[in-house]
Amino acid sequence: MGDGENDPDDGITLTPEQIRRRRNRSIALALVLGALVLFFYVVTIVKLGPGVLNRPL
Amino acid sequence: MSLMTPSAEFDAGIARTGAASPPQAELSVAGVEDFVALMKPRVMSLVVFTALVGIAVAPGTLHPVIGFASLLCIAIGAGASGALNMWYDADIDAVMTRTRQRPIPAGHVKPGEALGFGVTLAIGSVVVLGLVANVLAAALLAFTIFFYAVIYTMWLKRWTPQNIVIGGAAGAFPPMIGWAAATGSIGIESVILFAIIFFWTPPHFWALSLLRADEYSRAGVPMLPVIAGRDATRRQILIYSMLLAPLGIAPYALGFAGLAYGVTATVGGGVFLALALRLFRTGDAPGSDAAAKALFGYSILYLFALFAVMLVENRVQVLFGQVLFGVSGA
Repeated sequence: MGDGENDPDDGITLTPEQIRRRRNRSIALALVLGALVLFFYVVTIVKLGPGVLNRPL
Repeated sequence: MSLMTPSAEFDAGIARTGAASPPQAELSVAGVEDFVALMKPRVMSLVVFTALVGIAVAPGTLHPVIGFASLLCIAIGAGASGALNMWYDADIDAVMTRTRQRPIPAGHVKPGEALGFGVTLAIGSVVVLGLVANVLAAALLAFTIFFYAVIYTMWLKRWTPQNIVIGGAAGAFPPMIGWAAATGSIGIESVILFAIIFFWTPPHFWALSLLRADEYSRAGVPMLPVIAGRDATRRQILIYSMLLAPLGIAPYALGFAGLAYGVTATVGGGVFLALALRLFRTGDAPGSDAAAKALFGYSILYLFALFAVMLVENRVQVLFGQVLFGVSGA
């Protein structure tokens, strides 16, 4: 194929700007997921209080 | 085959249609900033602030972590409402100057992405608030999202010039949700806070709509100035301002706000009323737009001042109560 042409068989070719946006989005998603884990952990400890360790095994 | 790069094709598509025209099937180019914009961060900040006041003035104590978690859920719920609103209103947003750069009309986010984002945030925020705080707060948040996204956005906004009067309830719920998160109930105090924002909304938005009447008309949105005319709108603004000014003093009169709040609400309400009266008297004479702008700008300051003074006063009282009497509580 010639310069500047996109062959459908080549799949999707991302521009540098698109790659940057998708990379930033992936990082943001990872940070949000990490923050959610921390959030649920802290809220669980606060809500259960000392009872968090007081469970029958 | 096209000689344009995917990016250029994408931009050209936007330029031709004013909406997204993706060059490649289902490729998302939305960035983090686009999803942030979908949540209407400025609206979110007002929601967080008023909900915080609802939590702070509520009786009893709420663990700071639970209070923060509740606020976060309320904020995310507000963001969900914003995303769902932008998903449904993309056609209107594309026509109006103020909104045409929003992520969907600008072509950065696909409508389906915004819908999925909004629904996910809505469900997540309601469920987590129910687990973190209580079922009443979660139910109120769910109703608020439903009211804003469905009752206001899908129904009232395009149907009646009373759209923002009834729809204003959605923006008035956050302090009530905050109160419910802290107490598990709905007190008269939280109803008063709700009523203040409810009656504040019409003069605030109608002052803006006087300045943007042509755009609303072009977009087919039946705002009051478009349907009933500018004189009727100015009269309605004055009527709602006359209801709002005394209502603003109610927290002091009912005893759940102190003297500083009482003075702020009295003086602030008087200025609000004076600006509404000036707008009414100016009519279509030169200076009408300036009067509308002044009222719009002042209305934001007024609401912020009321809630800020109530919050500061409450915190000072709690602090003094702890220092002088060794008691804690809101």
